[in-house]
Amino acid sequence: MSNRAPSHCRRRIDQAVNIATLLEMSAEAMGDRIAYGSRDTGLSFNQLMALSRSAAGVFGLSSVEHVALIDENNPAVPVALFGAAMAGVPYVPISYRLAPDAITALLDRLGHAALVAADRAGSGATRALTGSLQLPYRFSGCGPVIASRELLTLPSTDDKPVPEMADPDEVAVLIFTSGTTGKPKAAVLRHRNLVSYVLGTVEFGSADDDEAALVSVPPYHVAGVASVLSAVYAGRRVVQLASFSPDNWIATVLSEQITHAMVVPTMLTRIVELLDRDGVRLPSLRHVSYGGGRMPLPVIQQAMSLLPDVSFVNAYGLTETSSSICLLGPDDHRAAFASDDPAIRRRIGSVGRPIDGIEVAIRDAEGRPVQAGVSGEVWVRGAQVAGEYAGADATSSESGWFATKDGGFLDSDGYLFLEGRLDDVIVRGGENLSPGEIEDVLLAHDAIADAAVIGAPDVEWGDKVVAFVVSRDPVLTADDVRACVTSQLRSSRAPSDVHFVDSLPYNDTGKLLRRELRQRLNDLANG
Amino acid sequence: MDLRPGTRLVSAVCETGIIVVRPPTRDGEIRCGGVRMLAPNEAVPTGVALADDARNGTLIGKRYVCNDAGLEVLCTKTGGGSLSFDEIPLVEQSAKPLPPSD
Repeated sequence: MSNRAPSHCRRRIDQAVNIATLLEMSAEAMGDRIAYGSRDTGLSFNQLMALSRSAAGVFGLSSVEHVALIDENNPAVPVALFGAAMAGVPYVPISYRLAPDAITALLDRLGHAALVAADRAGSGATRALTGSLQLPYRFSGCGPVIASRELLTLPSTDDKPVPEMADPDEVAVLIFTSGTTGKPKAAVLRHRNLVSYVLGTVEFGSADDDEAALVSVPPYHVAGVASVLSAVYAGRRVVQLASFSPDNWIATVLSEQITHAMVVPTMLTRIVELLDRDGVRLPSLRHVSYGGGRMPLPVIQQAMSLLPDVSFVNAYGLTETSSSICLLGPDDHRAAFASDDPAIRRRIGSVGRPIDGIEVAIRDAEGRPVQAGVSGEVWVRGAQVAGEYAGADATSSESGWFATKDGGFLDSDGYLFLEGRLDDVIVRGGENLSPGEIEDVLLAHDAIADAAVIGAPDVEWGDKVVAFVVSRDPVLTADDVRACVTSQLRSSRAPSDVHFVDSLPYNDTGKLLRRELRQRLNDLANG
Repeated sequence: MDLRPGTRLVSAVCETGIIVVRPPTRDGEIRCGGVRMLAPNEAVPTGVALADDARNGTLIGKRYVCNDAGLEVLCTKTGGGSLSFDEIPLVEQSAKPLPPSD
C-alpha cells in the first residue's frame, strides 16, 4: 500500500498548507506558551516545533512510506503527527489494544515504515537488556523503531534546513476503521481535508492563557488526531490521559485545572455516576463536548444538572469527514431543556446542525433527496470530507457528496437526528425500525441500566426485534420491557425476545458492538 | 506567478507572511504594503518601500479575502503592511467562532 510517490522522485514543492503549518504559526505567535502537559513541566509550542522538526529529520533520513504509532496518549503523539507531516509521510496511529496478530497484519500493510512505540512495562513494547525494543507484535517495516520517550529527547536540528513539507494534496493521516465486516479499511485524510476542518472551526490563538483541554480519546481515533490540531491552532494547552478511567479523569480535571474536555458517551456515563456518588465539584470545567456514539438522554440530563456551569456540545462526525460535521451547541442544549415545545425538547437527542462549510442532505435508497422529517441516509459534502480509503477509489461521488451509511432525518429547522447505522436497521414486515429509537425508550426506564436492540431472522416477519437488557431490578420481566416500549412507540417496535444480561459489549471508544450481540444469538441458536 | 492553494508568499516590505487558501479566479498580483509579494526564496527587488496608504497591518491567523476575485489568504506571520489584490484592498474575514468539539 503506497499513497505517495517514493521520496526519490518527489518533485520539489515550495508551496504548502500542511498541517505542520498550524504548529509553525502557533510557535511563531505563542512560542513560550505550554502546548502539552502540566503548566510547570510541559512542552511549549517552541519545544513541540523543535521536537517535530527533529522527528521529521529521523523519518526523512530513512525515506519511509509511513510513520506508525502504537502507544497510549503521551506527548510523542503530536510530535509523531507533526514530524511525519513535515517529512511528507502519512502518520498512521494504530490501536495498542488490538491483539498482536492484528497489529502485525496492519503493520504489514504499511510497506517501508517507521514505528513509534511505547516502551513501558505492561503496555506494548519493553526494552530488552540489549537496549533494543522487544515488540509483542511483528514489525516488518524495515524503518527505525523509536520509543516514544526517545522521540521526546531527540537533539535539536535547528541548525539544519527546515524539512520540505508535503503538498496539501498529499496524505496526512491514515486511520484504520473498525469495520464491521472484513479486514479494516484505511481511511485517508489529506492535509487539505484536515486544514479545511481546522480553519473552518477554530479561530487562531483564540484560547485564553488559562485554558486547558483534557484529551482522553485514544490517539488512533479521529478525534485523537483532530484534538491535536484544534488545540494547537487555538493555542490551548492539552493534558493527555494515558488511558481513561473515571477516577483518573476527575482527578486530572481537578489537579490540572481543566477547562475543556471531550468524551465519548460511555465515558460521560461513568463520570456522571462517580460525580453523583461522591458529590465532587469540578469548578474549573467550563466546556464538555461529547460524540462518537449515542448519548443516553438520562445521562446528559444528569450531567447538565450536576455540572450546571458547564457548556455542553454534542458533535457528530466520522473518521472519513476529518472529525465533526454537525454540532448541537450549548444554547441548543439549554433551549431544549427549557422548552415546553416537544419539537424543541427533542433536539437534545439530535446532533445539531451542520458546521460552516458542510452541507448535509438526507437521501432515499435510490439517492434522491427526501423532505424534512423523512428518514433516509445521511449524505455530506465539504472540503473536510475525504470519503476515501487507501487502495480504493474515492467513495464520494464526483459532485463531492459522501454517503455516510448513517440513517437519519432533518427537522424543519435543519437539526439532524441520527437513527443508527443503516446496516443495523431492522426490517420487520416491510417496516424499517431504528434500533436507536427503541433503545432510547428502554434507557429512560428507571429499572433499565443499559439496553441494546438488534434484528434477528424471523420466519413470519423477516426480521424480529430482539432486546438485550441490563436490569437494575431483579423482578423486571420481558413483558415489562415490552410494555415500556409500547407505552411510547407503535407495537411493531416491541421486542419479540428479551435477553437479560450482565453487561453489553462496547469497544474502547464506546461504540456498541452489535455484531457481538448477533454472534451471541447465533451461538444460542446453535446450542 | 502561479497562485495555487498552499502557495506561500512573503512581503517585500514588512514581516508579513501568507498562504493562499483559495486562489483568485482571474489574473492579478497579491500585494502587501503596496508592493507585489514574493516567493519565500525570491530576492527582494531594490528600491521598494511600504506605501503610505497600505500600512494597516496584518495579523497572524486572520483570513483576508477579495470577494471580487474569489481570493482568500491566511496570514501566517504578522506584519506592518496591508494586503491587496492589485489595487483592491483585501478585507479581514470575520470568523464565526464555534464551540470546540474535540
